[in-house]
Amino acid sequence: MNRRKGLLVIGLATGLLCSCGPSQPARQTLDFWTIGREGEAVTKLLPEFERLHPEIEVHLQQLPLSAAHQKLLTAYAGDSTPDLTQLGNTWISELVALHALEPLDERVAHSSSVVATDYFPSIWATNRLDGQTYGVPWYVDTRLLFYRADLLRAAGFATPPRDWAEWSRMLAALSARNDGKHFGILLPTNEYDQLTALALQQDEPMLRDNDRYGNFESVGFKRALTFYVSLFQQRWAPAITNVEAGNPWSEFGRGVYAFYLSGPWNIGEFRARLPAAQQNDWSTAPLPGPQGPGASSAGGSSLVIFRRSTHKQAAWQLIEYLSQPAIQQRLYELLGDMPPRRSSWLGGTLRDDAKAQAFRDQLERVKPTPAIPEWERIVNEMQLVAARAIAGELSIDQATAELDRRVDAILEKRRWMLERDDHRGQR
Amino acid sequence: MNQQRTAWLFLAPALLVLGLFFVLPVIAALLLSLTDYDLYALADLRNLRFVALGNYWALLQRPLFWSALGNTCYFVALGVPLSMATSLGAALLLNSPLARCKPFFRTALFAPVVTTVVAVAVIWRYLFNTKYGLVNYALGGLGLHPVDWLGDPHWAMPTIILFAVWKNFGYNMIIFLAGLQAIAPELYEAARIDGASAWRQFRHITLPMLRPTLLMVGILTVAGYFQLFAEPYVMTEGGPLQSTESVLYLMYDEGFKWWNLGSASAVAFLLFALMFAFTALMLRTARRAEHADGVSS
Repeated sequence: MNRRKGLLVIGLATGLLCSCGPSQPARQTLDFWTIGREGEAVTKLLPEFERLHPEIEVHLQQLPLSAAHQKLLTAYAGDSTPDLTQLGNTWISELVALHALEPLDERVAHSSSVVATDYFPSIWATNRLDGQTYGVPWYVDTRLLFYRADLLRAAGFATPPRDWAEWSRMLAALSARNDGKHFGILLPTNEYDQLTALALQQDEPMLRDNDRYGNFESVGFKRALTFYVSLFQQRWAPAITNVEAGNPWSEFGRGVYAFYLSGPWNIGEFRARLPAAQQNDWSTAPLPGPQGPGASSAGGSSLVIFRRSTHKQAAWQLIEYLSQPAIQQRLYELLGDMPPRRSSWLGGTLRDDAKAQAFRDQLERVKPTPAIPEWERIVNEMQLVAARAIAGELSIDQATAELDRRVDAILEKRRWMLERDDHRGQR
Repeated sequence: MNQQRTAWLFLAPALLVLGLFFVLPVIAALLLSLTDYDLYALADLRNLRFVALGNYWALLQRPLFWSALGNTCYFVALGVPLSMATSLGAALLLNSPLARCKPFFRTALFAPVVTTVVAVAVIWRYLFNTKYGLVNYALGGLGLHPVDWLGDPHWAMPTIILFAVWKNFGYNMIIFLAGLQAIAPELYEAARIDGASAWRQFRHITLPMLRPTLLMVGILTVAGYFQLFAEPYVMTEGGPLQSTESVLYLMYDEGFKWWNLGSASAVAFLLFALMFAFTALMLRTARRAEHADGVSS
């Protein structure tokens, strides 16, 4: 409240000053949308930008994650998109399908600060569709293991697991009490990220024939699903949703779970929520794969410019500013958002942060999910079917067959459009 | 100017608003339900296909639609009688000459209606938490095993029903209270003189006199409960295993989550047809019962 009042005073003062002084060169107002927690942090980064670019005024709008998707599509339908926005990289294909985003290759090629080769290749790839770049990665998100090092040591394991077999042995040892109150790992049954990461570790892709059909009956996906479901069947993981899990951080602290498969923001959460005495008890490790260290998902957010924007150059200047290693390091300090470019990892608190280093390691081994607008829906179906398999309602074969059936139905429109375009191309 | 024309003139503003904001959107939605309007069509209208009744046919073949319909009917079948019985019970207690502090209890019982679903759901989720919830704590005190209220597909819907009944019964209670206060006290006096028990007074005076109120409350509650959405949305997000996913929830997912507006419109019209049929059936049954009574007396 106080700060808002302060801003008001500053605003009024500048207003008065400007009205007295000579008229400024055409001042531009940039509409910038952020999604989720970044909105708050970015308010601390923007004053510096506005100082460097006095002709640009950034008008920031913070969208909650739950409403962002709908708001973006509604804005597109209502012709009221902002100049630029933060955008989860799994949503890029959707907005590209709508022809809503501006291709950025030209600007990237001439930029001295946005250097494509400095970025983790898989993360950069999530922003490229049909040979064009539509976004600049802003921060990355992947899934790996948080673990209680003290509990692992007590069970006789000095290092975190490297492959599934070793991981299973640890989970078995940690769940030995089997009292229904202590588990090896927390995997909320309504979150698809964990199974997605395990499925990405397989050689077979989850969709086939240029993403026309589901490929969930492949050997690879069946292996991933079997392993995932077995974690629940062995009672190493409780079959609960994240609604019931409530406060996983304090339960992790209490030793209810020894492993937690989650993303980078939880480094900050655990630092804030666990007592100081416990800070040496937990750590992070790359995700174990079927044989040796495995891949994980290439998530994260990018910065994109809308085609309808009338201030594209100014928007690009803001993207260049937010892409500087020093700014990305500040974003990490503010929120724990991990930078997508290697040079950002060379300095600041990141370089010496042991708990962040596992992510640095994992980021060299991340894989993107299929870049089609239907993907969000497909992974949702995947998790719904997986939850049925966990509950014992479907066998692995039944579940994967059902999943392929549902996914093929979802992709019907895509097949029709691709075929039509093929015919047109031939003619 | 004749009378009829004047009447239309006075009706015009209301008709215009209704036509523009109700009839027109409904017709548009009906047309939409005959197409496969989705994200691709939003980008480029050439991606729009006319599918006639294809959306309806596809829905009728989708197991999720039937399970959502089953969940909704379960909610209505259990929730409506329970809700009406609770409302009537509360109204009878409030109307009793023995009741004290009536304004206080009236407000207290009505309070859940005016609270926000989202805020109250947070409290209910805590109450029904398997490990730390007050409800399971109380069950434990009675020596009963804890129940996984919101995590077990068999218990999630009953929990939602309890929540919905608690949230909504106050509204009907007020209507019933008004109905009860409109019954002439002489009828009860005459019955007492004739030596009728409290139960017989309720059975032969209160219920028949409340019949119009009961019918209206019944129709309103059925119509409202068929549109179950907010409660599972905030309590369980349709889970576990989609056991609390209602028809309206399916429509929301189709339309606003996946942007398949064609298919979502089809869900809406199917639900409308179902509610229309059910309400018509209720009205007809009530009329027939009234008619039968008229003949017998």
